[in-house]
Amino acid sequence: MPESSTANVGASVVLLEAGHRLVCGGDWSVHGIAGLRARLAKLSWGVSGELVIDFSQVTRLDTAGVWVLHHIEMDRVQHGQAVRVEGMHAQYATLRGLVESRAPQKIETLNAPAPGLLEALGRKAWHWFEQTRGMLHFMGENTVALLRALKSPRHLRFRHIFANIQQAGFDALPIVGLLSFLIGMVIAYQGAVQLARYGANIFIADLVGHATLRELAPMMVAIIVAGRSGSAYAAQIGTMKVTEEIDALRTMGVSPLELLVLPKLIALMITLPLLTVFADFTGVLGGMLVASTQLDVDIYTFLDRFDDAIKASTFLFGVGKAPVFALIIALVGCYSGFQARGSADSVGRQTTVSVVQSIFLIIIADAIFSIVASATNLGWK
Amino acid sequence: MKREPVIDIAHLVTRFGDTVLHEDISLTIERGEVFAIAGASGCGKSTLLREMVMLMPPYAGRIRVLGHDIAHLSTAKAARLRRRWAMMFQGGALFSGLTVAENVALPLREHTDLTREDIDELAHIKIALAGLPADSANKYPRELSGGLKKRAALARAIALDPELLFLDEPSAGLDPLAASGLDELILSLKESLKLTIIIVTHDLDMLWRVTDRVAILGDKRVVGLGTMPALAESPHPLVREYFHGPRGRAVGVLHGNQG
Repeated sequence: MPESSTANVGASVVLLEAGHRLVCGGDWSVHGIAGLRARLAKLSWGVSGELVIDFSQVTRLDTAGVWVLHHIEMDRVQHGQAVRVEGMHAQYATLRGLVESRAPQKIETLNAPAPGLLEALGRKAWHWFEQTRGMLHFMGENTVALLRALKSPRHLRFRHIFANIQQAGFDALPIVGLLSFLIGMVIAYQGAVQLARYGANIFIADLVGHATLRELAPMMVAIIVAGRSGSAYAAQIGTMKVTEEIDALRTMGVSPLELLVLPKLIALMITLPLLTVFADFTGVLGGMLVASTQLDVDIYTFLDRFDDAIKASTFLFGVGKAPVFALIIALVGCYSGFQARGSADSVGRQTTVSVVQSIFLIIIADAIFSIVASATNLGWK
Repeated sequence: MKREPVIDIAHLVTRFGDTVLHEDISLTIERGEVFAIAGASGCGKSTLLREMVMLMPPYAGRIRVLGHDIAHLSTAKAARLRRRWAMMFQGGALFSGLTVAENVALPLREHTDLTREDIDELAHIKIALAGLPADSANKYPRELSGGLKKRAALARAIALDPELLFLDEPSAGLDPLAASGLDELILSLKESLKLTIIIVTHDLDMLWRVTDRVAILGDKRVVGLGTMPALAESPHPLVREYFHGPRGRAVGVLHGNQG
């Protein structure tokens, strides 16, 4: 009995005459040869003499099929058999010749060994060091560019600044307003339960006022803008970098920093404090609403207490953080963009990095503000 | 070989808003030929190609590719048909986040059930067939020169051994040496893989060396159709302008045609 191995679809092979004749049939194209090599390996091949490979029943043949044939030939020749191919259409002769001459001897893959723990740690540390150094360098370059631009305001590009204020600021008003309104409500709700237990309802104004003006409004605004605009900066500059537009600007003698970074930086420094004031307003409004519905503190009483409890310095402390956050968002966003290298992947990665890093740095900066404030009583008096 | 049209375009009209780009274009492309679509910039060569590969629907007219009217295809049938052709884009359109080998392996991975090892090896064969040095397999597209990028794009296009190969401006941006290397590569692939190749180009050298037949677009229609020597004799003013401009004449003389 001949040993056979066939499949309904795709390529089929039957070994006849005690392993001296291989009858091939079916679809020997790239769509038909799946699993063929595994099946071939299981056949009980002859040990010596000539092997005839009969291709006359093959319906389709392409590079992939020829490549499998090449493997059979090489394998059998190694086992000391002579191989002859029959019934192959003459038009495939060139293809066979090509595949035989071009089949790779050995394939190198990229799988470098994974670095050890110590090496990984070192690489990571070095990466962070490089990042920090690069960031400082970038800040320095921008400072120089800013000073030069201030000296001759023609370089300030007001059109770009206003466009950026519109995109990062005005267009963000609805989302900033809604979110801080809701946060104000949430704070008031959380506080309401505790305050009502002590009959200290009136202090809801203190709670909402301090929490919103000092911490939540500036933070919320910074995080929203980092997500909305910081990521957009990274993506825009990253794409321009990849498509060599940045290099094009350089060759034209236009400073990319001056054209792409400074307008964004200046726009955010103006926009963020304004957005923070807006968020203060809507946040307190949300708290006030909850106070009047849940704690029977009506609007007049609330505002009366608010006026006593919250000093102007509290408000200014919160708004004063905003330019620092703006600096972080603009610099990190643009710097991440400039770090993009050559591929769409890299632009995506840098965009993610820009958001993660700016939010991280914003929270660090906020913590530093809090520590300094508590040490110096800033914003409480 | 049996003569059957692989592409049959009848009375095609293309419009963008009020601008008419093609007005009643009819073409037939036979199996196994290298067919080029030429013409001045902006005459709608690339658009015609995009319509053939279903990247863009025409405004009116019928396009049949490999026996299917591509305007009325179910999604599944369209997907199956798409696997039978491949396109090489002008800029290469290699996936920048993948190495050359991974780029070539992608269609194999998506459309076949082969094992990883088989796919890797086949991808390397295609890379070798496209005339790329072996060490470029593990490089990223950005690390390759313009000529090698085109070859990598070609390697990816022939990954599944398509019946039809569409090339959009294959020689654009290449130096003459790289361009003539590409000409030879196209010819050898046609010979060994029995491909039907449709080229959009305005490279006269390539037209003379590679093509079997050429359609010249101009004035919204096909103004010339035939072999290059026949077209060089054409009396049509737009074709004459194309062939007998200063560069056309030089190339024609080079290819033994005095015009």
